[in-house]
Amino acid sequence: MIKVDNIKKRFGEEEILKGISTVFHKGKTNLIIGQSGSGKTVMLKCLLGLFKPEEGLIYYEEKAIQHMNEEQQRDLREEIGMLFQGGALFDSMNIEENVMFPLRMFTKQKKSEMLDRVNEVLSRVNLEGVNKKYPAEISGGMQKRVSIARAIVNRPKYLFCDEPNSGLDPKTATVIDNLIQEITHEFDITTVVVTHDMNSVMEIGENIVFLKNGVLVWQGNNTDIFNTDNVDVTDFVYSSDLFKKIREIQLKER
Amino acid sequence: MTGYIEDIGSYFLMLKRTFGSFTKRSVLKELILKEIDDLIIGSLGIVVFISFFVGGVISIQTALNVSNPIIPKSLIGFATRQSIILEFAPTFMSIIMAGKVGSFITSSIGSMRVTEQIDALEVMGINSLNYLVFPKIIALLCFPFVIALAMFIGICGGLLAGVYGGFITYTDFTAGLQEDFEPFHLVYAFIKTFVFAFILATVPSWQGYYMKGGALEVGKASTNSFVWTSVLIILANFIITQLLLS
Repeated sequence: MIKVDNIKKRFGEEEILKGISTVFHKGKTNLIIGQSGSGKTVMLKCLLGLFKPEEGLIYYEEKAIQHMNEEQQRDLREEIGMLFQGGALFDSMNIEENVMFPLRMFTKQKKSEMLDRVNEVLSRVNLEGVNKKYPAEISGGMQKRVSIARAIVNRPKYLFCDEPNSGLDPKTATVIDNLIQEITHEFDITTVVVTHDMNSVMEIGENIVFLKNGVLVWQGNNTDIFNTDNVDVTDFVYSSDLFKKIREIQLKER
Repeated sequence: MTGYIEDIGSYFLMLKRTFGSFTKRSVLKELILKEIDDLIIGSLGIVVFISFFVGGVISIQTALNVSNPIIPKSLIGFATRQSIILEFAPTFMSIIMAGKVGSFITSSIGSMRVTEQIDALEVMGINSLNYLVFPKIIALLCFPFVIALAMFIGICGGLLAGVYGGFITYTDFTAGLQEDFEPFHLVYAFIKTFVFAFILATVPSWQGYYMKGGALEVGKASTNSFVWTSVLIILANFIITQLLLS
């Protein structure tokens, strides 16, 4: 569980996050959604400790990240897996080395044990036989899956995903969404996904936080979001023609 | 002006972080060996090529400008040795390396910044500066070997060009090489080389690490890296020469 208590983040004069408080639940896929510029990525980077909020606290279980010393923060980071927007795989390493990287850095396992674990997670994300390939030699969807494998190889307690579907076709995007949700339930971890993709919201939104101009304006799940009267949310949800049609059908049925 | 002061501050903060929170020793060892391969071994070809021909040119130009019969021919060997040991090998080879090695360092770290690979390291709890920059600093401690090679090849180039160009005999050239030899000049040259190696490892790393933007900015950062590394090498050369030789 991650608890966010009234965090504020400024860049110069501009206040990006204006006092956000919420809870991200364990064993659920928690989504942060909102339009571009709403503060989603800044919030994610605050959660990760890459940005320090000027005010407010972020609790991992019972302990605030701001009250942790450097060693405690390093220990916490070993419990975090992260899926970056572009995958962020290391170009100079092959797939096997990329996935093995957290194990090499943080464990004292033998190489054969690490290889077994790498093959196990690669098979979990349905990627086999690509161990010796380099990131540039595989597709974008495969890179995302390798990135998920790297994120979960060290059995993290927390999984963060920044726009996991960007640049992917709808079918591959659904595969990635389902994989994230399955992993969340299977390993009972706290997953936080930043997205503005409505398909992801529908597929995996078990706890959705909606941001607008750095303010949390709505929170609910993927059923509630289609029934809310919050104007900001409905503007965002029904901005595409497809969802407008769905809305019309829903209203007629009512 | 405040921008420059901020840059200097962030450079020294980078150095402080580079020498803190060390990466796992076994991983660091591999990284250092890889950097030695990329930065040192990978540069030997160009170093040998440039040194050989520049040594030859120094020898020929000195010979063509020494037409007075009172001046001994051995001056050609002497001038070649002094030019190569004092300036060409340590200083100008370092500037050439700023173009080759410096641009490589900036573009590789800059690309990692753009593609969030540095963020990935930080999120994992790894001190990205120690992981990326420290191995480069250690690898470039081997830079004096490159400069020693440049001195040797440069003098060989001068000897071959002088002798086979018909400007001087082998005996005169080697006599010139040994004339008034000051061992301290070698010490001076290698002290300079260590300082230049540190600049070569850290300034391009700083440019790449703190760059912002996309692919175009990586190119700009590489150019800036070459300019600033060269400027700092020239300034350091002046200061060290003042301190050690004047």
